[in-house]
Amino acid sequence: MKFGVIVFPGSNCDHDAFYAVAHNLSQPAEFIWHDSTSLNNVDAVILPGGFAHGDYLRCGAIAKFSPVMKAVREFAAAGGPVLGICNGFQILVEAGLLPGALIRNRGLKFICRDVHLQAATRHSIFTSAVEPGQVLRIPIAHGEGCYYADDRTLDQLQAEDRIAFRYLDNPNGSLRDIAGVLNQQRNVMGLMPHPERASDPLMGSCDGLSIFQSMVQHSLLPA
Amino acid sequence: MTAAITPELIQQHQLTPSEYAKIVAILGREPSYTELGIFSVMWSEHCSYKSSRLHLKKLPTRGKLVVQGPGENAGIIDIGHGYVIAFKIESHNHPSFIEPFQGAATGVGGILRDIFTMGARPVAVLDSLRFGRLDDPETGPRNRRILSGVVSGIAHYGNCFGVPTIGGETIFEPCYDGNPLVNVFALGVCKKEDVFYAKAAGVGNPVIYVGARTGRDGIHGASMASAEFTEESKQKRPNVQVGDPFMEKLLLEACLEAMHTGAIVGIQDMGAAGLTCSTCEMGSRGEVGLEIELDQVPQRESGMTPYEIMLSESQERMLLVADKGREAEVFAVFRKWGLEAAEIGIVTGDGKLRVRQHGEIVAEIPNRELADEAPLYDRPAAALPGVPQQPAPWTHTPDIQQDLPRLLAAPDICSKRWIWEQYDRQVRTNTIAGSEAADAAIIRIKETGASVAMTLDGNGRYCRLSPRAGAMLAVAEACRNLSTVGARPVAATNCLNFGNPERPEIMAQLVEAIEGMAEACRFFDTPITGGNVSLYNETLGEGIYPTPVLGIVGLLPTAAPVTIPFKNARRAIFLLGGPGLCDEPRFGATQYAKELLRQLWGLPPELSLETEQRVQFSVRKIIADGLAESAHDLSDGGLAVALARCCFGPAEIGAQVDLSSDLRPEILLFHEAPSRILISTSHPAEVAAIAEKYEIDAPQIGVTMEKGLEIRQRTITLGAWDIASLKSAYDGAFHV
Repeated sequence: MKFGVIVFPGSNCDHDAFYAVAHNLSQPAEFIWHDSTSLNNVDAVILPGGFAHGDYLRCGAIAKFSPVMKAVREFAAAGGPVLGICNGFQILVEAGLLPGALIRNRGLKFICRDVHLQAATRHSIFTSAVEPGQVLRIPIAHGEGCYYADDRTLDQLQAEDRIAFRYLDNPNGSLRDIAGVLNQQRNVMGLMPHPERASDPLMGSCDGLSIFQSMVQHSLLPA
Repeated sequence: MTAAITPELIQQHQLTPSEYAKIVAILGREPSYTELGIFSVMWSEHCSYKSSRLHLKKLPTRGKLVVQGPGENAGIIDIGHGYVIAFKIESHNHPSFIEPFQGAATGVGGILRDIFTMGARPVAVLDSLRFGRLDDPETGPRNRRILSGVVSGIAHYGNCFGVPTIGGETIFEPCYDGNPLVNVFALGVCKKEDVFYAKAAGVGNPVIYVGARTGRDGIHGASMASAEFTEESKQKRPNVQVGDPFMEKLLLEACLEAMHTGAIVGIQDMGAAGLTCSTCEMGSRGEVGLEIELDQVPQRESGMTPYEIMLSESQERMLLVADKGREAEVFAVFRKWGLEAAEIGIVTGDGKLRVRQHGEIVAEIPNRELADEAPLYDRPAAALPGVPQQPAPWTHTPDIQQDLPRLLAAPDICSKRWIWEQYDRQVRTNTIAGSEAADAAIIRIKETGASVAMTLDGNGRYCRLSPRAGAMLAVAEACRNLSTVGARPVAATNCLNFGNPERPEIMAQLVEAIEGMAEACRFFDTPITGGNVSLYNETLGEGIYPTPVLGIVGLLPTAAPVTIPFKNARRAIFLLGGPGLCDEPRFGATQYAKELLRQLWGLPPELSLETEQRVQFSVRKIIADGLAESAHDLSDGGLAVALARCCFGPAEIGAQVDLSSDLRPEILLFHEAPSRILISTSHPAEVAAIAEKYEIDAPQIGVTMEKGLEIRQRTITLGAWDIASLKSAYDGAFHV
């Protein structure tokens, strides 16, 4: 599965996502600069973490205008898998590819710590390799990661089984402990924790790898 | 330009009459106003090291692995496999007092630029922070505000830039009330052949400015950092620069990419003294001249004078010299990253810094004299400030059972999770130990499979009692921290934080500390490859404790760290170096004396460099042979605090310990003699054999247990605790 890692000015987890899939999972991968209008025929897209355009406005509010986002939209509409991690999640929300918003952490401070997650659904290309009931230990590193949406949206997400991951120890005040959500077609996921930082025994956890593995396994299934 | 140079104006620029006379002699005429400003910043204490240079020469700077020593933007060490690391520590003390958030943020920005201007991508940051006490009824609220601002400033800049902040120290003393210390260390990695130097070369080559526009911010920042604080200092707020980490991130990526084109000859960041410093230093190093036209300098506002443009310390700016004819390649890279770049001048053959505005010459100064021939002072040093040799009668009755949790909750010892959770510690996925997990922070080098360990150490209390011994102890402890994770210490950087050097007793502290540091660094073969001197750390005549901070880096052949906590029950616990010796005079700088007796007296702990070395050799051998399950050195709070820390792993493995020593219990458990390390092992015979080979005292003092910590002295129980209560004292103490 060929991964494309989008690089916005200010992305800073681009190399980490690249390393996780290219080195730890031995998948082909390439960087795609934000003003590119094509995705070079990649099979999956990762929007990495960081501070796209400095995030001096709302996080992701400028990045959604980058030329590459048109290609990402089309790719997603055609059913291509898109994973937004941290700032990537914020960008997907701003771009309207995912519902809700990510607002300041409840404690108003940037938090970097390991959190515990559970996949809330198995029915997605991002969670199929996660064992039922498995608790994943994956770090977060964000100042604006509190997931927020109105009750109707939250009810709908729940009814449609689109909550991908929930925190077991909600660190930021996210409503209904939401750490990750899916779009309606279930091929776009936003996730605040950083699975690429938990993809290597040296980093203290390999729990994040199962998310990328799910994507790879799915790509091997007959269409 | 036309302002008359009066004695008042000279004094305002913090130049002495004799310094002014030297300027006139160099120029062969009176300087212009712009030239006066240029000289004043280059010859400020901050830029010229005029009070310390004479003594800094005593420091060892060479070694087998040293690729670049002092004199460049950062020191460089060969780590093998074709790779090098660049690292340095810098202070941003004065700005952080005036405006904590931006002061600390731009401190991080400045040191990061120092690293990537050498061609190395920054991969780790450590901070050494000192504040007044947070619990002081009078100054506490202000100290809290300063600490909060500094921590968010560091987080803001480092997190956005994308460098992990993975360790450091945070210390509280009343002497830092009006003078917090913010020392930032950064380390970067690159291929050996990709190192760049801040040297201009090639007459006719274009001089290119890139990055943020020049504004009126930070004018005279370097001079501000070279004076004491007075009541008026708050009016200096415009002297503090404002940081933009996003711009810095773009600069990093663009500069590294531009360097790879092969079209760049030399590059330097614009830090202290901005455009002035970068132009004349690059010219001086390359023994060439530089001619620039200020009309070409991108400016944030109109009507800026040459004086303002040359002295501005606007952040996130770089100056580079490119190969003539290949400018387009360089400009293309900066355009891709959305950065403004402008050709502002050329390299000339006459050795002069020539500055024009609207075509007219506004300054013309020989580079070498300006950059390298600043006045040099052999300032008089007198006797050190006095200290009580004996304690006043103790007002605290030792009670080991209560004293240990109280010390674990002491501000200098307790967990600083509140601070480091605000820092991104894993970005770039290289962090294999950091932030209280091990005695030193460790990052792996993906390209080579090896790892680099790093640590910052300083102890103002020890240095207050003896600057020489205190500096040596700091070097020893930093090296011990590295050895305790299995790393071999290889090189150092230093940040010398002192008071006003014009006071002979302060000068004495500086000289003694430098000499102590030189001796210890020579002994451990950790040459100093660069650093920073921060003087005039005084507010209203009150100086700080002499506070030299050492940053030392070490190399590990693998990426397998040894961390602090006990991992399994029923393991033998060894105390490498033994329980140690301490008499009452040597107890006066301990955390026990500070927190429970509220006193400072006598002498710092006694250090034998030879013993220290043998203990470090032993622990490295024990770790290299895979015999240690955990390792932790003894420092602040002594043996009992170190033992408790070893119990704070996720499994909360405890210990039962029996000590054979004649020391009084409170001295035995809390004295801070160096050269001691706790390890746990399932191979006691092999560990004992290694200790014997290196001729160190290394008693097995106990075993690890499923739960609880019990400490006995010759079978008599001194204290017994459940781990959770100790851990909650340690974890729960720090609030801001």
